[in-house]
Amino acid sequence: MTTVHHSHQTHHPAPHHAGVPLTHTRPGQRIRVIAVDAGHALVARLCALGLTPGITAEVVAVGAGPVVLNVMGSRIVLGHGMADQVRVRLAPVASPAR
Amino acid sequence: MADMISRDKAEAAADNPLTVALAGNPNAGKTTLFNALTGARQHVGNYPGVTVETFQGSCMHGRTRLNLVDLPGTYSLTAYSPEERVARTFLIQERPDVVVAVVDATNLERNLYLAVQILELGLPLVLALNMSDLAARRGIAFDLTLLQTLLGAPIIPTVGKTGEGKAELLDAVIATGRRAASSTPLRIDYGEALEAEIAPMQRRLETLGALPDGIPARWLAVKLLEGDADLVARLAHPDIAAAAAEAAHRLESLVGDSAEALIADRRYGFISGACQEAVRHTVERRHEFSDTIDTVVTDRLFGLPIFLGLMYFVFTLTFTLGGPPMQWIESGFEVLRGAIGGLWPAGSASLLRSLLVNGVIGGVGGVLVFLPNILLLFLAIAILEDSGYMARAAFLMDRIMHKMGLHGKSFMPMLIGFGCSVPAILATRTLESRRDRLTTMLVVPLMSCGARLPIYALIIPAFFPEPWHGPVLWGIYLIGIALAVVSAKVLKSTLLRGETPPFVMELPPYRMPTLRSLSIHLWNRGGAYLKKAGTIILGISVILWAMQQWPGLPAGQTEAFAERRVAAEALVDDAAREQALAAVGGEEAEASLRASLMGRLGRSLEPVLRPCGFDWRLSTAMIGALAAKEVFVTQMGIIYALGGEQDEASVPLREKIRADYTPLAGFCVMLFCLISAPCMATIAVTRRESGSWRWALLQLGGLTLLAWVVTAAVFQIGSLLGIGT
Repeated sequence: MTTVHHSHQTHHPAPHHAGVPLTHTRPGQRIRVIAVDAGHALVARLCALGLTPGITAEVVAVGAGPVVLNVMGSRIVLGHGMADQVRVRLAPVASPAR
Repeated sequence: MADMISRDKAEAAADNPLTVALAGNPNAGKTTLFNALTGARQHVGNYPGVTVETFQGSCMHGRTRLNLVDLPGTYSLTAYSPEERVARTFLIQERPDVVVAVVDATNLERNLYLAVQILELGLPLVLALNMSDLAARRGIAFDLTLLQTLLGAPIIPTVGKTGEGKAELLDAVIATGRRAASSTPLRIDYGEALEAEIAPMQRRLETLGALPDGIPARWLAVKLLEGDADLVARLAHPDIAAAAAEAAHRLESLVGDSAEALIADRRYGFISGACQEAVRHTVERRHEFSDTIDTVVTDRLFGLPIFLGLMYFVFTLTFTLGGPPMQWIESGFEVLRGAIGGLWPAGSASLLRSLLVNGVIGGVGGVLVFLPNILLLFLAIAILEDSGYMARAAFLMDRIMHKMGLHGKSFMPMLIGFGCSVPAILATRTLESRRDRLTTMLVVPLMSCGARLPIYALIIPAFFPEPWHGPVLWGIYLIGIALAVVSAKVLKSTLLRGETPPFVMELPPYRMPTLRSLSIHLWNRGGAYLKKAGTIILGISVILWAMQQWPGLPAGQTEAFAERRVAAEALVDDAAREQALAAVGGEEAEASLRASLMGRLGRSLEPVLRPCGFDWRLSTAMIGALAAKEVFVTQMGIIYALGGEQDEASVPLREKIRADYTPLAGFCVMLFCLISAPCMATIAVTRRESGSWRWALLQLGGLTLLAWVVTAAVFQIGSLLGIGT
């Protein structure tokens, strides 16, 4: 049985202000990152951690501030305020199996 | 012919040492692998950013000596964090012979992001596919030959913890290092839009001539488009900088995303493509247990209470378990004192004896007594760190830290500060923003450190009834924390104003702490504490001791005391003689202190400290507390003519204090000690870590001033209201 292998699709950017902030998601949801409204430092950091626009990730926990995501198999946490700046759209749950 | 020449050259070079840098993500097991290769005992950090320096080591393999450098863990080669800056500067400027990119086999795609950038830089690379045992267990299979071809670098499976794969890795390293041909940089297709901008930028750079540090023009072009401020500055060509900015802007309008997001996207695309071909997952991967814990631990309602509960538990444990060992150490010092003192005849006025017994053992001994307490606290912190919980806690605290104007990462140094400020200040190295770092350093001493405990232990039982002991102690701690919050806020709004960088981090998986990593933590942090005791505090203790000796009593008084001693010796009754001798000795000590430099200083300070409720005795003791807070108690003992061997459990001292001071004054003493200048060791470390005397002096002056203001206010208002008088 093969697993869902996260595939990196070509990203078609959506207009700004589309989607919802990450803080408005719930644990267990799969999301697709649309845009990151932030300065260089944050964007670069998120990209290096795998959170590029177009990425699909899974929400693990949404606390009072911190949001934990499952990105490419590892757990990334976004702190106070950061999660608000990441806009996402809910992705379909069933992804193509490999 | 050419063949033979290059072979000869290769053989001749066979014995030249190679410089090998280890790069990789945090949590990829890089430092463990480094330790396995070099036999070193470097600190394995589970809290991100713990390594912000490079560590060096070496090993022999065959006929070659390999000089290994463990770079800080990084996710990328940008320059947004101190770790990245250090790693990247090393790679670019030192251009090591070989780079070993340590990647976590269970997390390959994300880990390759860094490796790919190093390959683009054109540095000879060997990939260490670390944690390959974990990957096998999780059912991940690699087609290594294919992956090697796609990436253009040899890949060696390793298991850092056991050292498996070490030999093969070193073989590959040497082979790569000795390769006569230089490596061609990896070329990733960044897609039409980007390539259209990269090409002209690359040409521009090539026409510049020699690029800084021999960086490939294409790599530099991509970095400039990413908006790398550091490299732009290094290049020092205003028109190139402008061109890069324009190009980035064009891309953004065309594509809708920032240039760096686009570049990252393409890099991951390349990596993803390679992994899709060469990596197979045979089992569905789940982190269920770990995730469930995280959901609870970061929960809106329960997260913080859980954390506070844990902290309470840790502190109580530290105090209770630490008690007995502290007694042993104290007794040990008593014995030592007796032994050394006994080398001279009883009643000897030898300076050396006094120096050793009162100065050295009194001063340093007071600090060392706290070792068990502090080690226990550090042990608890290390367990929480290694298990992975601390990373989550840092996020919980982030919100509160943010309200103070600080970063979530400031929380760790503050926690350590409850043990000792010295390792706490060292721990601020993980803070990326210099402003945040300085603010934390200045404010950390307000976390009541272990050294202040004897002061509280002396005063609280003297003035407060039994049921109040606990609450008053907690009250003091909380006041310290509250003041820290306010001070940090003020500092960040005025002197050290500035944005706090974003707090985004990879969460290490939960794991069982190993005995080995725990001991390394303790060694590092406990060692800092011991070092401060052995050096700075020792030095200051000697100085203070000297200040107590000179100028000494005028001859007339010395004679008078000598006569009284003779008279006391003549007493027949043993008990009476003991008492008389003790009285003479005590009074002489007190008089001597009064006349000494320290006593005079104390008396001259009295007017300044009177609004706080202190008299010359307390003022004098406060000076002693500058060396190390614990010295306050010893000083009080001397001042009350009880001799220099009094400690906080001393009943006679307690009674004398109760007789002479009001509870309000006692409380003010504790307040002042809590807030005022930390011990000299802290000041010295602040100077070293901040890089200038300015901040250390601000810390010293600011805290002392704050102490004076707060204590005076409390004393005056308390007196007015008639509380505790």
